[in-house]
Amino acid sequence: MTAKLTVADYPLAETRSDRIKGKRGKSLDDITLDSVVAGRVTMEDLRITPQALADQAEISRAAGRPTLALNFERAAELVGVPQDFIMSSYEMLRPGRAKSRDQLLEVANTFRQVYKAERMAKFIEEAADTYERRGLFTYRF
Amino acid sequence: MDGVLAHDFDMIDEFIARHHLDPEIAPEAMAMDSGEVARMLVDMNVPREQLVRLAHGMTPAKLADVVSRLNALEISFAYSKMRARKTPGNQAHVTNAKDDPLQLAADAATAVAFGFDEIETTMRVSRNAWSNAVACAVGAAVGRWGTLFQCSSEEAEELRIGMAGFTSYAETVSVYGTEKTFVDGDDTPWSKAFLAAAYASRGIKMRCTSGAGSELLMGFHESKSLLYLEARCLCLQRGMGAQGTQNGGIDGAPLTATVPGGIRELMAENLLAVWLDLECASGNDARSTESEIRVGAKILPFLISGSDLICSGFGSILAYDNSFNPSLINGEEMEDFLVLQRDFEADGGLTPLPEERALDLRSRAVEAISAVFEELGLSTPTSDMKQSVVVASGSDETRSYTPRDVAKISEAIKEREITVIEVIKALVKRGFADEAQNLLSLVKLRVSGDYLQTSAMVRKGKVVSAVNDPNTYLGPGTGYRVSEERRLELNSIRDVLDQKEVLRQEALHEKDEAKRIQYRVKGPAGQGTDKKEVVIGISPAFGLNLFQTTAGHRLSDVLKGMIDAIEKRGLKPRIVRFRHTADTSFLGISAATLSGSGIGIGIQAKGTAVIHSRERLPHNNLELFSNAPITRLEHYKGFGANAAAYALGEMPEPVVVPTRGEAMGSRYHARVALIYAIETGLTAEGAAPEDIEVKFTGVKS
Repeated sequence: MTAKLTVADYPLAETRSDRIKGKRGKSLDDITLDSVVAGRVTMEDLRITPQALADQAEISRAAGRPTLALNFERAAELVGVPQDFIMSSYEMLRPGRAKSRDQLLEVANTFRQVYKAERMAKFIEEAADTYERRGLFTYRF
Repeated sequence: MDGVLAHDFDMIDEFIARHHLDPEIAPEAMAMDSGEVARMLVDMNVPREQLVRLAHGMTPAKLADVVSRLNALEISFAYSKMRARKTPGNQAHVTNAKDDPLQLAADAATAVAFGFDEIETTMRVSRNAWSNAVACAVGAAVGRWGTLFQCSSEEAEELRIGMAGFTSYAETVSVYGTEKTFVDGDDTPWSKAFLAAAYASRGIKMRCTSGAGSELLMGFHESKSLLYLEARCLCLQRGMGAQGTQNGGIDGAPLTATVPGGIRELMAENLLAVWLDLECASGNDARSTESEIRVGAKILPFLISGSDLICSGFGSILAYDNSFNPSLINGEEMEDFLVLQRDFEADGGLTPLPEERALDLRSRAVEAISAVFEELGLSTPTSDMKQSVVVASGSDETRSYTPRDVAKISEAIKEREITVIEVIKALVKRGFADEAQNLLSLVKLRVSGDYLQTSAMVRKGKVVSAVNDPNTYLGPGTGYRVSEERRLELNSIRDVLDQKEVLRQEALHEKDEAKRIQYRVKGPAGQGTDKKEVVIGISPAFGLNLFQTTAGHRLSDVLKGMIDAIEKRGLKPRIVRFRHTADTSFLGISAATLSGSGIGIGIQAKGTAVIHSRERLPHNNLELFSNAPITRLEHYKGFGANAAAYALGEMPEPVVVPTRGEAMGSRYHARVALIYAIETGLTAEGAAPEDIEVKFTGVKS
């Protein structure tokens, strides 16, 4: 890895467009009206990548926004996670959905083992501890 | 933290302590005197970054303690200095009472043309979310690209709509200041933080929502102050890694406005947001009052200090079409807002829009969404439906889709998993290549994620955020300034009155007057000797360039009324035109001086008139009509009668024109100044008076 990105590298699409690639390797210049009409562009090409989020995290940190950077880094881990699992995990984090600490820890474990999402796994474990201390594993409906 | 031991932390304390507070800065920041920090906030010599760094080490109670020391003006100034992005912006609501997609597309195009950086829609019927999203996305692609779009709906659905490529940001991630309210809102700080990461992972811009009054409305305020609870919300949001917030009351604004000092509190919580380095969509959203004066007063501090998004929902549509609830500023007040921008030379993010341009864009938007619906086999709107929408002010005037029709379209979009790709293709196929390109450019933003950074918006095809357009205010001449180009845009409001326009309007009356009255110059006017003579002195442009009083009376009627009244007393009116002056007093005294009786009337074309006596000083007249806009024909007749009475040595009851406190200066002075300039433009130094023969043709009104 070369030197870290700084605010001078922003916006990446203008200054460092060589770094920007879609999931299937398409560059921004490849995504044109013609290529859409020709069916060469799909929604997959219009998605952000873990690399782009990591880049944006570096820029946030350089701009003095460490918490925003951490969010981008958690997000980078979620890029490859299927939508259904994202939504069911969100549901489990809502109050009273998980009936025990173990249920949440299981979600955390899936993030860690299946999706290599270590940051998010830790984050959910932290939630599990707090929920237990504050009695959130309770009946809601 | 804030008087609570760690093992007693509720989940909000816990989250703030873990994710917001920077332990390296906290000892220094917490030890500082709050009064001293408050002074730093309003000290233009203290750079923003220094204060932002300190906020990272401050607890909610400390932050609230500091800003509570500022008065309203200081809060507003500090806000201007502390907001993250230099260039101000604005956000619109685009909704309607029928969830009609044709109108949504037309109104979205209109909002985009006014310059809104973001538009937000929601539905009357939740099933209609997909139709609303497609309609606004297509409408917002008409004219230019770059306006970010949100469809406010149920969390899971909103994320799905985003993933289909129709929306580009979300701001429904609400957080609350007490644990019980949070749980009642069916979330925790961790679930919301998870959602924040989920949005970013899909390349969708996201901000949180909070604001005073929500805990009060939801019944669990824990007897804590509004400002402290909001400070907790904002520390949470920074801790979660949200780039920004929508705060300043929001749904709780009307309640907060009922509390003493409530509006100052709303301003203070916006200040907290920007001090914490969050993008701020600064409320001015739900209409917090029915008083127009309080509405104007509420918006002004934000208009002049600037804000990332001055309104977190300016009702670009009429109030009754706003599915969120009426906004502080609605379509009805659009012109007022544009004029406020011009008055204060303050950039509220909007630009006046000529009516013809609006109609073109609306028509284009309606055709574009109709083409998409037809191409995708969703529906085929009739030309009557389309036409009714293009020219409508609101849904009361349309003959278009009903919410039930829309539900079918919406469910089809959802079930068939139509994405923005299909919509772009449909637009291209039907000849809307520009709109297709605009839509594609917007979706492409998510590939690089540049617009996920703090306070990001798109201007002229480029992402502008707190990273590349930071607010660097350090006193006069720094920070955001309205450029000359922008100033001219702000000035270009509709219905500007100039001398050309006054003369154009007068020219419309010229023909009408020519049918009724003829003025013929007889020659130089001499000194009258007949004791029965009353001179009526008319101004330079009277009947030549100007033909109506400011009250709208024909000058022929005014003149005839006075002449008849004088003749009725057996006296002889003589009409004299003066060119050496256009001033009422001097017209009057000049007429009286020439008059055989020593009594004269002076009258300007705009209808201001005076009765004068040659015995009196120029500005000490007998009677004066100074309020021409409310002076009626009967008053002029009375004026003629009284002039005759004075000439006969009587002492009549002066004619009084009753006023009801009308603000005539504000309504007429611009026109009067222009009219008077026409009069003075015709004067010549020392020009001699002329006798005028006036002939009435007898044509009646």
